[in-house]
Amino acid sequence: MSIHRRTRPAASVYAEKAIEVVIHLCGYSAILFIIAIFGFIGREGIGFLSTHIVGMFTQTSWNPTHDPADFGILALLAGTFWCVGLSLLISVPIGLGSAVYLSEFAPERTREILKIVVELLAAIPSVVWGFIGVMIVNPMLQALGAQVGLNGLNGAIVLALMTLPLLVSLGEDALRAVPDSYRQAATAMGATRWEMVWRVLMPAARRGLLVAVLLGVGRAVGETMAVLMATGNSVRIPTSVYDPVRTLTATIAAELGEAVRGGEHYQALFGLGVILFIITFFVNLIAEWTLRGNRST
Amino acid sequence: MNAPSPAPVVSAETLSLWYGSFRALNGVSFDVTHGEIVSLIGPSGCGKSTLIRCMNRMNDAPTNRIEGKLHVSGYDVQAKGTDVLALRRDVGMVFQRPNPLPLSIRENVLFGVRLHAKHLSKAESEALLQESLEDVGLWDQVKDRLERDAETLSLEARQKLCIARLLPLKPRVLLMDEPCSALDPDGIGAVEELMDRLRGRYTQIIVTHNMQQARRVSDRCMFMLMGELVEMSPTASLFTTPRDERTARYIEGRYG
Ligand SMILES: Nc1ncnc2c1ncn2[C@@H]1O[C@H](COP(=O)(O)OP(=O)(O)OP(=O)(O)O)[C@@H](O)[C@H]1O
Ligand SMILES: [Mg+2]
Repeated sequence: MSIHRRTRPAASVYAEKAIEVVIHLCGYSAILFIIAIFGFIGREGIGFLSTHIVGMFTQTSWNPTHDPADFGILALLAGTFWCVGLSLLISVPIGLGSAVYLSEFAPERTREILKIVVELLAAIPSVVWGFIGVMIVNPMLQALGAQVGLNGLNGAIVLALMTLPLLVSLGEDALRAVPDSYRQAATAMGATRWEMVWRVLMPAARRGLLVAVLLGVGRAVGETMAVLMATGNSVRIPTSVYDPVRTLTATIAAELGEAVRGGEHYQALFGLGVILFIITFFVNLIAEWTLRGNRST
Repeated sequence: MNAPSPAPVVSAETLSLWYGSFRALNGVSFDVTHGEIVSLIGPSGCGKSTLIRCMNRMNDAPTNRIEGKLHVSGYDVQAKGTDVLALRRDVGMVFQRPNPLPLSIRENVLFGVRLHAKHLSKAESEALLQESLEDVGLWDQVKDRLERDAETLSLEARQKLCIARLLPLKPRVLLMDEPCSALDPDGIGAVEELMDRLRGRYTQIIVTHNMQQARRVSDRCMFMLMGELVEMSPTASLFTTPRDERTARYIEGRYG
């Protein structure tokens, strides 16, 4: 080996070195991108946050173009958490239920087909989900008595549908990672399949399932186009599921085009971006910690 | 309630099992009386695990076909209407690799009763917990850390825990499939001692590859070969004066 290596042409040795360097750069580029993105958003947003932070959390209204402008983000935060929270109420039971079905109950063939369908679901673009919110969920909610069909509940339903594939496939992975010996032990003691799922698999896979939910939350918090189309875009703190709301992301997307570059409004939107970034960063961090804990035990 | 009856606790009559088209058990017949320890020996693949898995219906895959009769603890095991869950309460199983559930030591021991006895007072469950752990000789070792994860125990203690968790259900039969093969010599000794302590109270059927172990622990011994029960005799006589030529060759070490 070593003899062969020494006699190789210099060009090939250099090529190998170059490839190695490129691969290293690719690895580090992820970190670079994160820093660059945060730097870009932060440069515009942090200055604004440092001067307006108190107002953002004490003023109740978001009127960035008024004179004087109001930059209260409580209603926007409420809109985001309202939609995400409601969507979890829908997606977690359905998603984990499907994961249990796929991993424990479905015959092999059904399982394979359903997994493909779930993956297809994940490939549907955000804007198409927005359409579904406007064209399908909207009239359905009106038929159920909502005055405005584009509202928080509509956004939540669309978000739930969008996060389901993630929940199902990560949840299924978590359940299938539970060793078969646990299933055998429970079965041999006279547990029914449901008792086995509920008393053994759920606790055994709890961290993996929690990670699935957290990553779903991260995805839902950051989702923009579909909620922009489905929520009705009205800045307010919701008191009913039929109230239209507006999320942080929808605000940025809707207003960035009309904000004067470098102006106060423009900077305020970047401030929202920083807050959004912090929220998703922490959600993902908690998911990562949960996963770590899993490995160490 | 579980007073030993004169009838055999396990009784098989020309029991055969096919995995698809492969015949893994071939007309096996035998009886086991309550309280005895029976060891099951034979070369790898001869159907030992298959046989004991039949006894608590762990062989229920739709591609498996079973013929013949099998009665265990009063249940007609293969009959359509048999309550499998109740059968499994009476017939516990210990596996080759200790497999405590990912729960605390306490919850592992009480898992079975929580499934089968819906209303259990705190005092009752604590009594069962202590009694079961004392029976397997773990109580002193774990009484101060019952809330700890069962997986923190040593391999030997985990296997004892897997036996302890069967006891609160007051089973009649304990099936053990190579219960010592993952343990070191000390662990083997400890588990064999435990089997001896449980002798008489429970019927124990033990699959083992270790002929010394079969000689040490069992009252009677079954030798299987290619799905057939070749011989079942009192352990001492099977190893000293086997009735069948094939048994003799096996215990002399001429099969794999
Ligand atoms: N689920 C199954 N499907 C098909 N064949 C099987 C299945 N389980 C076991 N077999 C086959 O049945 C035969 C008996 O298997 P079994 O596990 O009962 O043997 P064993 O005596 O326990 O062997 P070992 O000592 O290696 O554990 C083997 O030839 C095995 O390959
Ligand atoms: Mg076996």
